[in-house]
Amino acid sequence: MNTYLNNSYKLKINNIKKTFEDLLVVDDVSIYLKENEFVSLLGPSGSGKSTIFNIIAGLLKPDEGEITIDGEDFTGKTGRVSYMYQKDLLLPWKKVIDNVALPLAIKGVKKQEARERVKKYFKIFGLEGFEYKYPFQLSGGMRQRAALMRTYMFSRDIILLDEPFGGLDAMTKRNMQYWLLEVTENLKASILFITHDIEEAIFLSDRIYILSNRPAKVKEEIKINLPKPRKSEIITSIKFNEIKKQVINTL
Amino acid sequence: MKKLESIEDKLIPAVFSGILILTWYFTVESGYIKEFTLPSPIGVIKALFDILPDLRVHIAVTLQEALAGFFISIALSIILAILMDNIEIARKAVYPLLIVSQTVPIIALAPLFVMWFGFGIIPKIIVVILVCFFPIVVSLLEGLSSVDRDLLNLMKSMGASRLQIFKMVKFPASMISFFSGLRIAATYSIMGAVIGEWLGGRAGLGLYMLRVKNSYAYDKMFATILIIVVLSMTVFKTISLIQYLSMPWFREMKEE
Repeated sequence: MNTYLNNSYKLKINNIKKTFEDLLVVDDVSIYLKENEFVSLLGPSGSGKSTIFNIIAGLLKPDEGEITIDGEDFTGKTGRVSYMYQKDLLLPWKKVIDNVALPLAIKGVKKQEARERVKKYFKIFGLEGFEYKYPFQLSGGMRQRAALMRTYMFSRDIILLDEPFGGLDAMTKRNMQYWLLEVTENLKASILFITHDIEEAIFLSDRIYILSNRPAKVKEEIKINLPKPRKSEIITSIKFNEIKKQVINTL
Repeated sequence: MKKLESIEDKLIPAVFSGILILTWYFTVESGYIKEFTLPSPIGVIKALFDILPDLRVHIAVTLQEALAGFFISIALSIILAILMDNIEIARKAVYPLLIVSQTVPIIALAPLFVMWFGFGIIPKIIVVILVCFFPIVVSLLEGLSSVDRDLLNLMKSMGASRLQIFKMVKFPASMISFFSGLRIAATYSIMGAVIGEWLGGRAGLGLYMLRVKNSYAYDKMFATILIIVVLSMTVFKTISLIQYLSMPWFREMKEE
């Protein structure tokens, strides 16, 4: 790999290893994410995918290996990328606009200014008119969109999503997937997405890393050569099903 | 439907209390129980209006002691809860002592406080603190430690400092629990002050009650008890009102 290529990596995870009390959870995982790319980590539940995210976010230090973002070492450092969970983790006592502006508040931006700065994004995230509602007044899908918006406000270039739609019903989940594809076209962000839903991974991603059961190891990397923007019909296409077959066989 | 239920909620206890008071009234009126051992409800009301002018001073003293003790308890509880939440050793060292402190009969200790601190306001405030402190500290501590770990991790990943995490997440998240502790402590505060006065003092509702009891004026004693109940309920309601005003999100959540 030459240096020129190395520089175009937004996020690079080099040979990370992590054990918890003698239990090997992540075993020599290397992953990269390019600019504007949508990459999924697909693997069984409890396979250590979330540990990988915690390491990227800097909450955990890997035993071995390193994390570089834009070529800079960020191993074990928080405050660069944030992530979004299945749980929306919105603060029930703050209005949606202040929840979304939370990352700015942490950076020390004054409340009014923070509100001004996030206001214009409500339309993109489909939350226009709900700025001054409390989280409990929103539907599950809307809360997830607000959580995504908060994550985006923190780091616009890299977004980590940890099974963000896992807690939603099937219909809402579908709609949220279409919506996510649409919105990411506008956001110009690199996205790393954790899921155990094969169709979801294929439908959304440019590339998929298939992870093994614990300890997490990269079993295979699959490029998804489906045209973008993608429509719902694509799920029933021959190409889609060929990829699906390949993924199932690897899993 | 909801409105009907709330009327029902108020009506049932009111009717039941009415029945109890009527039973009381008729038992005394019929002469089954002598009036000097148990005054009739009407006698109590009459006594209440008789003594009210004299009682003003005592009410003021008791309220002053109760509120002073209550506010000191709040301040102490916040400091101690934060310490215990942040420092594991502090929690381990102090928590058992807190529980033991609640098993000590205050009624036995209070005369000692009088001996140590005199007949002034201080021993009463100490009694109030002893009864109020515990529910506040425990509820606040519980609130602080019940925050979702993932939420704390999220805050950390966004680079929030410990102080920011406390201000933005932990403290607000513990408010519901904190207020339920405050409500309990608020009602205890009046009672604590009365116990303190009962065991020696120059003024206050407790002292007044002791005096009328010793002169066998039970109607006046019951009237004083009524005032204590009203005072306690007022403090309780005030705390609820403060919660209602300071937590708009909680208010709207309940109303939905």
